[in-house]
Amino acid sequence: MPKAGSGVKLDGQGQPLWLCLELTYRCPLQCPWCSNPVDFADYSDELTTEEWKRVLREGRELGALQLGFTGGEPLIRKDLEELVDYANGLGYYTNLITSGMGLTEERLLDLKKAGLKQIQLSIQSCDSNVTNELVGTDAHDKKLAVAKLIKKHDFPMVLNVPVVRQNVDLVPGILKMAEELKVEFLEFANVQYYNWALLNRKELIPTKEQLDRAEAAVNETRARVGDDMTIYFVIPDYYDGKPKACMNGWGNIHLTVAPDGSGLPCQECRVLKDVEYNSVRDHSLAWIWHESPAFNLYRGQDWMKEPCKTCDEKEQDFGGCRCQSYLLTGDATNTDPACSRSPFHNLVEETVKEANAPNRIYQPLVMRRANRSENTAVSG
Amino acid sequence: MGEETAFSVTDQVEINPLYMFRWEEAQDAYVLLYPEGIVKLNETAGEILHHCSQSSSVGDLIKKMKTHYAASDPATAEKVEDGVYKFLEVSHAKGWIRRKT
Ligand code: SF4
Ligand code: SF4
Repeated sequence: MPKAGSGVKLDGQGQPLWLCLELTYRCPLQCPWCSNPVDFADYSDELTTEEWKRVLREGRELGALQLGFTGGEPLIRKDLEELVDYANGLGYYTNLITSGMGLTEERLLDLKKAGLKQIQLSIQSCDSNVTNELVGTDAHDKKLAVAKLIKKHDFPMVLNVPVVRQNVDLVPGILKMAEELKVEFLEFANVQYYNWALLNRKELIPTKEQLDRAEAAVNETRARVGDDMTIYFVIPDYYDGKPKACMNGWGNIHLTVAPDGSGLPCQECRVLKDVEYNSVRDHSLAWIWHESPAFNLYRGQDWMKEPCKTCDEKEQDFGGCRCQSYLLTGDATNTDPACSRSPFHNLVEETVKEANAPNRIYQPLVMRRANRSENTAVSG
Repeated sequence: MGEETAFSVTDQVEINPLYMFRWEEAQDAYVLLYPEGIVKLNETAGEILHHCSQSSSVGDLIKKMKTHYAASDPATAEKVEDGVYKFLEVSHAKGWIRRKT
């Protein structure tokens, strides 16, 4: 899952410090907030091992330091260990971002040998029923077992919990679980409402009351555990009136390569339907980063309109998220509607109001599936 | 986490194994890499951490830094020493380094 402004603020001096490889869109889970494209099944032509290695080499030449292996579920690729080993040899700090499904002790040991530095494991609650329902399959116990294995083999670990209406009341139990697991980092990640999450937005948005209670529990734990566990928790942009500093700016420090080789400024940006993304199969990574129209589209500040253009926050938040502007207002160059200064802020306010209404009509979640019609009650 | 006390010459410190510390040619600087983060160190900070990883004690580290900055007169030597202590405190607070046990 992409991070909304949780990373440090960095000046990449024109280099893609953060390289993210989406090895595959395949995944055994069906999370209804999945960041993969809704038509993910159309991107089955994955890069080969040798093609990924070329991407890794070219990424290092461009100055990339942090490397995320993600997906989909990256463990589905049998060459994961080989790629980690190769990346480690090139000098990357290698992160594995996983659902934990398919992570055996044997593979974990191989990954350690290959030089993997860190594992980010997603878990959805401290209650197996809630987790299993949210991801559409029996996953909770496996994830817990994997978490213990990761600690047994001494990897630094980020436990990543997407925050939704269905699990946010369990935050106190999740905090306790993380403490018991002795994870170094616990990250409550706000769901970004694009792709699958946008389909399910009404059902997933937590209420303000829920968030306030969760925040209080987080602060209580923070005070108690001190430096032993770093807890990330931020009130989502929908409630905050402040846009997230999305990707630290478009084409600034992040470079994602999708399973089919498309170079993307962000993992979600395929939602911008009129933008053409170039593939590493046709171009060098350097050309994609420096020259391609897609990466230059919203780089810097020249594209900005009012109110961003003359706002003194623009150096900090880069006008928010282009995908959110596009999805909610139809124009990616508009100010992010999560910003209270946006003329479209009422769109976000109305959504929030609906989510907090006492007499809401519930709808079943649209689970991430290759064939959406398998969902029993899909509206629209 | 233990009690916060100032570092002394006999303390042994090391870089927190959660962090990966190394020279990065493209940045022309030392960097610290950790889960989801990068810190680019300025020249002095980089040199201290570099020598930190090769020193037996804080006293030894200070000696090495004095040599590195060719601090022969007492005023400069004192400045180097102060700088090292201050930096150790800051990096300890940030979790970059820890006392060896
Ligand atoms: S969000 Fe869920 S379904 Fe999507 S890739 Fe991650 S684990 Fe799989
Ligand atoms: S107007 Fe634009 S730059 Fe100013 S705070 Fe809002 S999004 Fe950020």
